[in-house]
Amino acid sequence: MKKILLAGLTGLLAVTAAPAQMLINGAGATFPYPIYSKWFNEYTKVDGSVRFNYQSIGSGGGQKQILSETVDFGASDGPMSDDSLAKAPGKLLHIPTVAGADVVSYNLPGSPKLRFDGPTVAAIFLGKIRKWSDPAIASQNPGVTLPDQDILVVHRSDGSGTTYIFTDYLSSVSPEWKSKVGKGTSVNWPVGLGGKGNEGVSGQVKQSPGAIGYIELAYAKQNKLPYADIKNSSGNYIAASIDSVTAALATAEIPDDFRFSMVNPPGADAYPIAGTTWLLVYARQKDAAKGRKLVEFLKWAYQEGEKMAASLDYAPLPANVQARVLQRIGEIKY
Amino acid sequence: MPAAPAAPAAVPSAPPRRWPDVSFRWLALLAAATIVALIFLVGWELYRGAHLAVMKFGVNFLHHSVWDPVADDYGAWPFIFGTLVTSVIALLLAVPLGVGTALYLTEIAPLRIRQPLVMVVEMLAAVPSVIFGLWGVFVLVPWLRDNLFVWLKKWLGFLPLFQGPIYGVSVLAGGIIVAIMILPIITSVSREILRSVPNLQREAAYALGATHWEVIRLAVLSYARRGIFGAAVLGLGRALGETMAITMVIGNRAEVSASLFAPGYTLASVIANEFTEATTDMYLSALFELGLVLLVVTILVNVVAQLMLRSLAGGGTGKVQ
Repeated sequence: MKKILLAGLTGLLAVTAAPAQMLINGAGATFPYPIYSKWFNEYTKVDGSVRFNYQSIGSGGGQKQILSETVDFGASDGPMSDDSLAKAPGKLLHIPTVAGADVVSYNLPGSPKLRFDGPTVAAIFLGKIRKWSDPAIASQNPGVTLPDQDILVVHRSDGSGTTYIFTDYLSSVSPEWKSKVGKGTSVNWPVGLGGKGNEGVSGQVKQSPGAIGYIELAYAKQNKLPYADIKNSSGNYIAASIDSVTAALATAEIPDDFRFSMVNPPGADAYPIAGTTWLLVYARQKDAAKGRKLVEFLKWAYQEGEKMAASLDYAPLPANVQARVLQRIGEIKY
Repeated sequence: MPAAPAAPAAVPSAPPRRWPDVSFRWLALLAAATIVALIFLVGWELYRGAHLAVMKFGVNFLHHSVWDPVADDYGAWPFIFGTLVTSVIALLLAVPLGVGTALYLTEIAPLRIRQPLVMVVEMLAAVPSVIFGLWGVFVLVPWLRDNLFVWLKKWLGFLPLFQGPIYGVSVLAGGIIVAIMILPIITSVSREILRSVPNLQREAAYALGATHWEVIRLAVLSYARRGIFGAAVLGLGRALGETMAITMVIGNRAEVSASLFAPGYTLASVIANEFTEATTDMYLSALFELGLVLLVVTILVNVVAQLMLRSLAGGGTGKVQ
C-alpha cells in the first residue's frame, strides 16, 4: 500500500518538476532526518539537476525498502543483521554519516550534577537500585544530598535508534543486562514507564519527582535538561558533548564493513553512550545515471556536509574515519 | 434484504424499470459491497502479514504475557487486556455523562442555550487526538496523580483496583482520556435519538400526571434506550481503536495488573509505537498479528453488542407500546 502510494507520489512529483531534474529516493531513520534534509536542501545549490526525496519512516522501513529496491538508498539507526543482509539482491554498503549521544536525565530537587558509572546505570534500569539514596549512587556523588526517594525509570515506548544506542551501551557494561534484556530498537524493559519520543520521556521525567530517563543529547541541550556525567572505560567521568562524541568515534574500533558499535570506546575523553547512523547503498548501482549522482552527493556530504553537523547537535565523523568511508564510496560501481 | 420485496409493491404500475432506478440499485449495491470487501481485504492482508507469527506461536499468542523483540518472543495478552480495560472504563464514564448531557440538551435546557451547547460538544469532537494526549500529559495526569488518585487510594484503597504505587500515567488515566474523546459521539448520537422521541409520548405521560423526571424516565428514556445503546456501541468502537492520546498517558508497559493505577498498554498503541522500527520479519509479523487481533476483538465486541441490543429490543418495545 505504502509502496503504491510512494510510487504514485514520486510519479506526480516527476511530472511537476522540470523534466531534466533527476529524482533520487531514500527512506529510513528518523534520528538523522534534520541533518539529511539540510544536506539535500543545500545540495540543490551545488547540483541543480538532481533532487533528493527522503521519507523518514523509521529504520525498519528503510531496511525493508532498500532490500526490496523500492528506494535508491536506505537509512538506518542500527546496523543490519547478517540475516537481513543475506536477503539483499546485491552487496549492500553501510555508510556511517553522523553520530549522536544519549544522555541520562533525571528529576531531583535542585537538579544537582550527578555522576554515574555504567554498572550503576544498568542496575537502575534493571530495577536493582530502587532508591536515590542507594550507596552505589551516593559513593560516586560526594557532596550531593540524595533524597530517600524511589527511582522511577522512564524509557522510550516507540522503537528508536536512541533506545538501540542506550541498550547497546548497557549490554556492554553489564553482563546481566546483556543476557536478560539485550539490545535493540525496542526491548522488554524490566522496570519503568514508556514515553513516546524524546518529548514523551523528558515530559515524564520533568513531571515525576525522582524519575530518570535517557534522551538524545541534541534534545536535552535544546531543552536545557540536566544530565549526568558518565564514567568511560578509562575511568573518567565525561559530560556528553559534540567533542566527547567525536572523541569516542576517533577511538572506536571500526571494522571494514562499518557495522560498528561505538559504545564504551577506550579514549580518555570519549563519552561512552554514543552511536552512529548509516546510509544503506548498493555497491553496484543498477541505474548508472542515478548511481553517479548518488556517489557525487555522498562525496559532497563527506567533504562539505559534515561541517554542518555540529550546528544541528550531531557529531561529525573524525578525519581518520572520513578518509576510510570516502575510499569506500569511491568503490561504488555504476 | 427484507426490504427488497416491498419495493415493487410500492410502485403499483409495472412497466419495465427505467434506467435511473436500475443503475441506482446497482450503485447502492456496489457501495455496500465495497464496505464488506474492504473489511475482508483488511483482514486478509493482516493475516498475510501475520502468517509467520501465527505459524510460530499459534493460539499461545493470545494468552502469552511476554513481549520481547530482542528474543523474538511475542504474546498479545497484556495488550488485549489493556485495550479492553481502558475501553470499559471509558464507557463507564462517558455513557452516563454523554446521555446526561443529551437529556439536558433535549429535555431541560432553555431553548436559548441549546444551540451554543451543542456547538461546544461538537467542537470537542474536532480536537485532534494528539492535542488530547498532550493535554493529558501536562495537565490531566499530574492532576490525577496529586488529587484524584490519592483520594481514591485513601478511601477505596481496600479494593485491589486502587492499590500500588501512583505514577499518574496509568490504565485509569488512559480510560479517562478515551472517555473524553468518545463523549462527543455518544452525546451527539444520543441527542438525535432523544429528539426523535415523539412528543405524543411525553404529552401522554404528562397527561397521566407524571413529574418531569418520570416523563424522562418512563416516556423518553425507555423509548430511546435502543438508540442510546447503539450510541454507546459507536463510542466503544472508537475507544477500542484510539491510539495517539492513550499512548501518551497509559505508561506503555506490557503488563497485566489488577490495579488501575498501574501502567498498561493497548493493541493500537503498541502497533503505532513499534511498527516503524521493527526490523526483523518475525517482529513485524507479530505486530501484524496484533492488528489482526484488534480487528477480531472489535468485531467480536460489536457482535456481542448487537446480540445484547436484540434482547434489549424485545423487552423495550413490549413496555413502551
